[in-house]
Amino acid sequence: MNNTPAALAQPSGFTSQRGGWRARKHRRYVISQITAHAVLIALSFVFSVPFLWLVSSSLKPNEQLFKIPPVWIPKPFMWSNYPEALTYIPYFRYLKNTAYICTFTVIAMTVSCSLVAYGFARIRWPGRETAFMIVIATLMLPYAVTMIPTFLIFKRLGWVNTFAPLTVPALTGSPFNIFLLRQFFLGIPMELTDAAKIDGCSEFGIYRRIIVPLAKPAMATVALFTFLASWNDFLGPLIYLINTPERWTIALGMYGFLSYRFTEWGLLMAAATVTTLPVIVLFFFTQRTFIQGITLTGLKG
Amino acid sequence: MRDLINALLFILPWIVGLLVFTVYPILASAYYSLTKYSGIKSAEWVGLANYVSLFTKDKLFFKALQNTAYFSAVFVPLSTATPLCLALILNMKVRGMAFYRTAFYLPSIVPAIASSMLWLWILNPQYGLANELLRLLGLPPLGWLSSPKWSKPSLILMSLWASGGGIVIFLAGLQDIPVHLYEAAELDGANSLRRLFHITLPMLTPSIFFNLVIDLIWSFQYFTQAYIMTGGSGGPLDTTLFYGMLLFRNAFQYYKMGYASAMAWVLFVIVFVLTYLLNRSSKTWVHYLGAEG
Repeated sequence: MNNTPAALAQPSGFTSQRGGWRARKHRRYVISQITAHAVLIALSFVFSVPFLWLVSSSLKPNEQLFKIPPVWIPKPFMWSNYPEALTYIPYFRYLKNTAYICTFTVIAMTVSCSLVAYGFARIRWPGRETAFMIVIATLMLPYAVTMIPTFLIFKRLGWVNTFAPLTVPALTGSPFNIFLLRQFFLGIPMELTDAAKIDGCSEFGIYRRIIVPLAKPAMATVALFTFLASWNDFLGPLIYLINTPERWTIALGMYGFLSYRFTEWGLLMAAATVTTLPVIVLFFFTQRTFIQGITLTGLKG
Repeated sequence: MRDLINALLFILPWIVGLLVFTVYPILASAYYSLTKYSGIKSAEWVGLANYVSLFTKDKLFFKALQNTAYFSAVFVPLSTATPLCLALILNMKVRGMAFYRTAFYLPSIVPAIASSMLWLWILNPQYGLANELLRLLGLPPLGWLSSPKWSKPSLILMSLWASGGGIVIFLAGLQDIPVHLYEAAELDGANSLRRLFHITLPMLTPSIFFNLVIDLIWSFQYFTQAYIMTGGSGGPLDTTLFYGMLLFRNAFQYYKMGYASAMAWVLFVIVFVLTYLLNRSSKTWVHYLGAEG
């Protein structure tokens, strides 16, 4: 690697043909790096400006929200927007509801998908490839096709206006997560489990003692994606919970907030910030899991 | 034999899910689409009447179809090109890549309710940030979501902001390109532009294809942001009434479950045909490494 500052400075002293070539190459390298950084800084600024606007607006007193041209630094900082927003709507009840749904869904999904993926990746049985093709096929099915009959099933069960329609389906897994875990399980060498099998370990024992501990990163990815999908879900709660305000999730509660306080932007932005924060914090702590997960589902296989 | 029983026990959750939440709903939905059904009174057989009225009487159906096609046609190419370009720049071995990647990626995980609220405020015609930027550039302000002409571009803009998820897929694809291809090209004197067009982009076509398919399917089911930002109305003048919103309205506000089921099947056929065409076209432009021919 010759791109240290010393190496970059050195060619200026060379005037021989080879040195000149090197100098040109280094200059080109430096210029391309500077251009790349300039473009990247500009673009990441464009992508981040909405976040700055969000936080700035959430801290503004009302009269500063409606100033032209807009003020970026609130004066004074209206920290009180936060407690006001979170008590104007029963935010903590919504949080509790959402947390319940998320927790149940994440656990159910991780367990069920890992079991199913084990059946598809670690046991040989006739019809396995065909069955797995069906998993892939259902991945492509638009939710609109199954949405109405599924609603009617839950209606007949008397489960509309309860959390069950949002949590129970996770017990049966999801094709996307099954696919992801199967890919990972396939990558674990068979020799690792063959020995255990010869020693008389049951399939479930192998699953629990060998595969699950080894597959923790992939299972963390499933848990993470499931949590995000559940935390961010709007359509599900809209269909099943809209008529029971005491069971609203954060997404529904905020939608209600938006529809009756739609001019109080400071409060709305404060609530939006609080709702976004857990997701961002989670992302910073689990970046690796995120990136690996997406890479794993992307194209391999 | 023991293996089969074991395997079936392991995949049992999926089998139950498949039967209860996929197979039965598909059959039921097909049946409902041929009936008049409110979900309360028993279904009344009407044959193809739902489909006939969709295509002959329902003006909103065509409006929604048109809006969705517009959204998809503009959004899908842009939402593939944007993360592709960003990933290409990021791949130049620049320092601080993790930082930039985070900046581009974060918008894609913001909850829809929060991003919708935020963008309603950004696009506010009087006090929003968007018009302030136009003013700084010396351009006239726009009505954004309140203007029939700009409502769809507004939503597309917002969705593009959140399209950074594809970056990770493209970066992974870029890392899979064998280095020896570049070395060989460099020896042959290919400049960086030629390397981009003759190595990088062809080798990335599987990732591009994957991204196109995902975004195509997503765009035809576009719902949440438009629903939140228009309060479900699809206004102004139905210019943001997307297919999913009309379907939702028919099913859960008018309780026309049969009619909405027919809509769902039309959507399914459209998405299926488009995905099929894209898949067929892929044979001419997608290059798989190690694949013959």
